[in-house]
Amino acid sequence: MSNIQHQHTVKEDPWSSLKAFTSARIALGRTGTAIPLKEVLAFKLAHAHARDAVYSRLDNNLLLEELHASLLPVLLLHSSAADRHEYLQRPDKGRRLDQESIATLQAQPDAFMHRDVAIIIADGLSATAINIHAVPFLNHLLPLLKAAGISVAPVCLAEQARVAIGDEIGERLQAKMTLMLIGERPGLSAADGMGAYITFNPRTGNTDEGRNCVSNIRQDGLQYIPAAGKICYLLQESLRLQLSGVALKDNYEDPSLLTA
Amino acid sequence: MSYQHTIHYKTYQFNDLRTLLAKATPFRSGDALAGLAATTYEERVAAQMTLADVPLKTFLHDAIIPYEKDEITRLIIDSHDGAAFAPVSHFTVGELRDWLLSDAADTVTLQQLSPGLTPEMVAAVSKLMRNQDLISVAQKCEVVTRFRNTIGLKGHLSVRLQPNHNTDDPKGIAASIIDGLLYGSGDAVIGINPATDSPQAVVQLLRMLDQLREQFDIPTQSCILCHVTTALQIIHQAPVDLVFQSIGGTEKTNSSFGVQLKLLQEAHEAALSLNRGTVGNNVMYFETGQGSALSANAHEGVDQQTCEVRAYAVARKFSPLLVNTVVGFIGPEYLFDGKQIIRAALEDHCCGKLLGLPMGVDICYTNHAEADQDDMDNLLTLLGVAGCNFIMGVPGADDIMLNYQSTSFHDALYARKVLGLKPAPEFDAWLQRQGIMDARGQLQQVGKAHHLLSYQAG
Repeated sequence: MSNIQHQHTVKEDPWSSLKAFTSARIALGRTGTAIPLKEVLAFKLAHAHARDAVYSRLDNNLLLEELHASLLPVLLLHSSAADRHEYLQRPDKGRRLDQESIATLQAQPDAFMHRDVAIIIADGLSATAINIHAVPFLNHLLPLLKAAGISVAPVCLAEQARVAIGDEIGERLQAKMTLMLIGERPGLSAADGMGAYITFNPRTGNTDEGRNCVSNIRQDGLQYIPAAGKICYLLQESLRLQLSGVALKDNYEDPSLLTA
Repeated sequence: MSYQHTIHYKTYQFNDLRTLLAKATPFRSGDALAGLAATTYEERVAAQMTLADVPLKTFLHDAIIPYEKDEITRLIIDSHDGAAFAPVSHFTVGELRDWLLSDAADTVTLQQLSPGLTPEMVAAVSKLMRNQDLISVAQKCEVVTRFRNTIGLKGHLSVRLQPNHNTDDPKGIAASIIDGLLYGSGDAVIGINPATDSPQAVVQLLRMLDQLREQFDIPTQSCILCHVTTALQIIHQAPVDLVFQSIGGTEKTNSSFGVQLKLLQEAHEAALSLNRGTVGNNVMYFETGQGSALSANAHEGVDQQTCEVRAYAVARKFSPLLVNTVVGFIGPEYLFDGKQIIRAALEDHCCGKLLGLPMGVDICYTNHAEADQDDMDNLLTLLGVAGCNFIMGVPGADDIMLNYQSTSFHDALYARKVLGLKPAPEFDAWLQRQGIMDARGQLQQVGKAHHLLSYQAG
């Protein structure tokens, strides 16, 4: 046997101080030309979180229980994508409701129609994001909406859903606007980002230039309070100007960022 | 014109050439989404058998998107080189496949043939090839381009250093560049995807890259991957080496990217006029990827692989330094899993090379695709064998701005080591002068005092 050295197989990089300037995976060190195991496993764990987020399910029981406290009626809806596999390959199916959901919306009393905003909570590409953030965020937003005199339709929980499913839901509830809270495409540094899309005059077939998006709502991203303030502002402006999208500019000034 | 084939007692009919091409394509989710894919396994093979018997000449008079309707069709037909085509003009698609794999089709012959082939011929023949065939044929092609160094020589593998940052912070970008250079990456280009398309930010980043390159006398080129109109706007106030643009294979796709051939022509001429190359004047950098035409609802009933190869006709017109197919970026609704991503990458690389393009591949995937680093390792190894010109070098393979996974600086070193490949010669010599690599391509351990580590981003 040759004399195999056990110690110091991994060579450290002498520029680890540069890590202070970026969250990119730099100065990883190496063994031969390979990434050291410690870093390989850290990458794998981040990827596992992202993958688990993609295949996570809306926790309807938890969400129902939490939403119950808000005293809002809740409707359970499903897109026409049968499962995750179909959802990922057929974005068209994720944008339309299944027959049962259409019947549910058709059965709603007139009192639930014609509200200012229909709030839709959808899994998108990370139900994890929604399970964590949707209700705590709404708990900040709903009082602001109430104070602004914005009326709210029943909250819709939509499974296997893409952003545009909000158009069909809003149209069937005859709401003036939709607010869609949806799980964003997970990256390795964040698997739980929640996005919010605002659409005025929701109609099936609307396109993305007619929406406003507030993204990256999560603990280490955009916090609930400024996010709720911004979204309430955009909803008010959307109602006032009767539009949304590229023509609706975000001039919101976050009071928490204003200096005294 | 319709095409048909009988298997046992069942006759398959394909109404036109674009339908035949789509049905003959190995399965991928994007063609199913577009409603263009074969509906049974037998139909797919029937289409491949039918396609094998189509004479190559057919592609010159049976345009899959009408000549009047699409400027890329006009480019393909008007720039076809009949003399270069002559030696294979009597072949069917099937005969071309067999000939390409024969010893008669060597590197020089393939280089001479290239202007005689149209994208549709090349897409068609690739649909009749196994992965092995795609590697074998691509490996015989050699496409060499030059700006401040020489890229694409046989036995070499270059790397685009991609030091993206989510807020374009110059210090953060510089940190990733230093990391990449010390790992031997950056000979294809140091190229940043900017988080914003603001002209001011682009100018600032270009100046920083140029200053860094000059300070350390690095024989490479830089690029900010902004829209071509942004590059044109700032080209006389900032040090622009390469002009970048994403392109697609139909006029409508390019419209959705905000470009036409005329605009690309203008950008090409502007970049050439700067005369910044030292060993050559290939000044364009194009990115492509299967699915972009469908995603823009601009596929004109053409399958995603054929659309992709038509984009190479656009690239070919402007003699680019680099063409990069960003294979797994667009998502699982176009390429569902590792198997589809690997197949698509090998097709893109082979088809681009046959058309005479300096092909690189961003070996990558998003987190909602069924893929992981093992798939990337497989594809990297296959493309290394196939003679790919360049790949991406992203710190730890994790792009913190674009939120997707690609290949790392370490991955590039792996491919060079197991396949005996070297960086671009000028860059290789620089790495040795810097004490980063030795003459055998072995990475050296640099000390804290290495002068690259003294760099301060402005």
